Amino acid sequence: MTAVVFFGCTFIAFGPALSLYIFTIATDALKIIFLIVGAFFWLVSLLLSSLVWFIAVHIWTDVNTQKRFLIFGVMFSVLLQETFRFAYYRLLKKANKGLMTISQEETMPISIGQLSYVSGLGFGIMSGVFSLVNILSDSLGPGTIGIHGDSPQFFLASAFMTLAMILLHIFWGVVFFDACEKKKWWALVLVIISHLLVSGLTFLNPQYERSLLPCYAILLLMAVWAFFTAGGSFRNLKLCLTCLDQDFLLTSQ
Amino acid sequence: MAGRLRVFFPLLFGLCWCNSVERKIYIPLNKTAPCVRLMNATHQIGCQSSMNGDTGVIHVAEKEQDLKWVLEDGLTPPYMVVLDGELFTREVMEKLKMTSRVAGVAVSKRQPSKGFSPDSTCPNDGFGVYSNTYGPQYAHCNSTVWNPQGNGLSFEDFKFPIFLLQDENETRVIKQCYQEHNIPLSGSIPQYPLCAMQLFSHMHAVTDTVTCMRRNSLQTSFNINPEEVCDALTDWNIWSTLKPVNISDILHPDNKVIFVAARLDSRSFFWDVAPGAESTVSGFVTLLAAAEALRKVLNDQQTLLKNVMFVFFQGEAFDYIGSSRMVYDMENGKFPIGLENIDAFLELNQVALRKNSILWMHTDPVSQKNSSSVQEQVKTLVDALNNASQNSNVTLKEASSTQALPPSSFQRFLQARNIPGVVLTDHQSAFQNRYFHSIYDTGENIISNYPEGISPEEAQNLLNDTAQSLADVATVLARAVYQLAGDANLSTSTIQADAATVSKLLYGFLMKLNNSWFQSIIPAEKSIILDNDPPHYYIAVDNKINPSRVVQYVLANLTGAVFNFTQEGCQKRQNEDKDQYDYYWVQGSLDENSTTRTPFCVRTTTRITKALSPAFELREWGSTKYSTWTESRWKEIRARIFLVASHELEVITLVVGIAILVTSLLVTYFINSKADILFASTCEPGAVAY
Repeated sequence: MTAVVFFGCTFIAFGPALSLYIFTIATDALKIIFLIVGAFFWLVSLLLSSLVWFIAVHIWTDVNTQKRFLIFGVMFSVLLQETFRFAYYRLLKKANKGLMTISQEETMPISIGQLSYVSGLGFGIMSGVFSLVNILSDSLGPGTIGIHGDSPQFFLASAFMTLAMILLHIFWGVVFFDACEKKKWWALVLVIISHLLVSGLTFLNPQYERSLLPCYAILLLMAVWAFFTAGGSFRNLKLCLTCLDQDFLLTSQ
Repeated sequence: MAGRLRVFFPLLFGLCWCNSVERKIYIPLNKTAPCVRLMNATHQIGCQSSMNGDTGVIHVAEKEQDLKWVLEDGLTPPYMVVLDGELFTREVMEKLKMTSRVAGVAVSKRQPSKGFSPDSTCPNDGFGVYSNTYGPQYAHCNSTVWNPQGNGLSFEDFKFPIFLLQDENETRVIKQCYQEHNIPLSGSIPQYPLCAMQLFSHMHAVTDTVTCMRRNSLQTSFNINPEEVCDALTDWNIWSTLKPVNISDILHPDNKVIFVAARLDSRSFFWDVAPGAESTVSGFVTLLAAAEALRKVLNDQQTLLKNVMFVFFQGEAFDYIGSSRMVYDMENGKFPIGLENIDAFLELNQVALRKNSILWMHTDPVSQKNSSSVQEQVKTLVDALNNASQNSNVTLKEASSTQALPPSSFQRFLQARNIPGVVLTDHQSAFQNRYFHSIYDTGENIISNYPEGISPEEAQNLLNDTAQSLADVATVLARAVYQLAGDANLSTSTIQADAATVSKLLYGFLMKLNNSWFQSIIPAEKSIILDNDPPHYYIAVDNKINPSRVVQYVLANLTGAVFNFTQEGCQKRQNEDKDQYDYYWVQGSLDENSTTRTPFCVRTTTRITKALSPAFELREWGSTKYSTWTESRWKEIRARIFLVASHELEVITLVVGIAILVTSLLVTYFINSKADILFASTCEPGAVAY
């Protein structure tokens, strides 16, 4: 019966990522490639951070030291991820130049703004997959968390946390690339700080309301910021909503 | 990042560590014993779960009334019933079998005070000597019910898994989980999440031995990687003679041999939990002590007129596997001793629970009636035993002359030939043993507990009453055998079984095989048999090293001769007279204050022969003459407890998931179609195509 939970959690965590992929990525072969390369970059950063962890547990075999090191390990991993985001940005810049030279047209086939979104989604999907797959596989069994007194909301909370992470990676990607482009280093620092903050919040688990609510607050702020960074404005939003109304009026007439 | 923290562990240690999420969900139960499926020519017995294990909400039943919830009232079937030992009866199990509201049963190990035996009231019925053609009035235990406690649960077929909870701590954890989650508060119905249990014991074989052996042979003939579904129960008989017998030859019919036998195996409802203290250990320990007593007086002077053979039959609990195989081998000239060589047959059955020190002699009324010579020979046997018991603490009495033989290996020999024989037991008619072939037939059944805080070395040498009384029986037996085998005029008073040896044997075979004595008399490569837990005497299939093999080395040590050879010398002698003797290079006892051992060479006449039912030799899998028991194979046997969430919570999760998926599809479609308006910046020409 818990295949129900499996699908529920999968839809929660990956539903938005899936729909974004279907409507915005899948239509363009170039975007698919950049998405996968982005995912690959995130994977490499995970590989390096797990290497650090691997060495650390062999140096400090004491469990308490390991727990303390876990916080350090997470921070280190966040910094590594952001480093790889920057590396990916540099690579894309180089790739864009190359694409320009072979391209027949005058403009770039894909803008850096679009690239920031695609790479962010790539990072998000891969990190989401890695954080949830183990949990999802266990959700298929007959049991649920709680025999040792843990919260039974674990699966649901993990799915929502993963959803937040995927969306946050998109917004971080957009803001980060824009900051690099415009050399707004303070924005870069803010992205890294918010990433550190969200990662740090997970240490509040298993009190999920204390980690999820601030996390979604940060998500909302990042969404607004990313919206404006990507060229959105109140005027556009209003315009958009009114044309929705117009469309709506047209169709209903 | 919720996941990231958790990702690290499985990613790096997933192979060697149990997944940390899994550990938060499940508590594995490590000390359990399953009931598995066994098959004979016509039936399947035992239990099995479905392929992926059976799950049910735990309900602890300590009183009969508790079962009402499981059978009628409970709202969340199926249930996993944690049954108290007292309730594990035929009536309760019948009830649980009738309903579909039971997913499985876990039995907690509490000894029922009024006795418990899952075997039938007439053990090994249909495979003994009595049948419609031989003493029909005795067939099917018509005259005597040997095991009145027997409820026949072992021969039932259950569609759900049944496990034994062997560890009290685990039982406590289960009960605690039940009390915390499954007991309704103030009359209301229990709320989710509920505590549940999952049992895995899927069996590969079905129907009967004929079917599964046919499938086996199909597999082996057509499949490159044959996956057999069942195996015949098989192990080894152990035997030894006082005078060496040439094993590559067949004994001349004029040479007479006195057989002194006991059985080596036991069984219970649960797989490989067969302590068999009274049902088997009491008999073979006494026989070992008698063998030692005889060996001591006969050292190196082969004055006996007749040879004496000590034999330990394996698989007797399963329709006489060992004895029927030996008889079959004798009939077909595959055993150095023939049936016609057998002068007399003395068998030790259950002997530890004697009332008023009375040892009962059982004889076969039918063969005595049919032949006067047999009657006379039986009388000689009884007289010899009676003589031997004079001036001893044992009172010998003849069980009624119109009573059949109790279930015994001797019946298989009688079936083949009219042989005079006596079966010695502690019961006149029904068994004294209230726990025959059950998990409760442990050391405590025959020995009052060893004192608290006693070291293994002290426990081993502690002279208890049981050891003393078994030594008395062994003395009587040894004297009688000596009288029968040798010159009847010889004084037998020098023959005396050693109670200290019996103590050590009892401690070893009931409590702990891994004791200093057994360590010293076993070859180094065999020392893995020695285990710290109390041994179990289920015959099992080929792949198990049976603890009863220790008997072989104990017998060799008690009746053999020690030689001062090197390992090479020992091996050389072995090659020279392998027809007469076997030589064991045993590891010896620990040197003083050191971890090294001084191995030595033992010469012995102890041999082992295959105890596989002739039915498998003949490929007559539907045989009604020979035992056809097979054990199914399985892939995994395990048990675990966890919480299950309510269906509402599960459905809510799914609905939320679907809602999020649909909403995001709609929103993304909308934003994507309006992206040029939404992100059309006046100052930014290259907008994101969101």
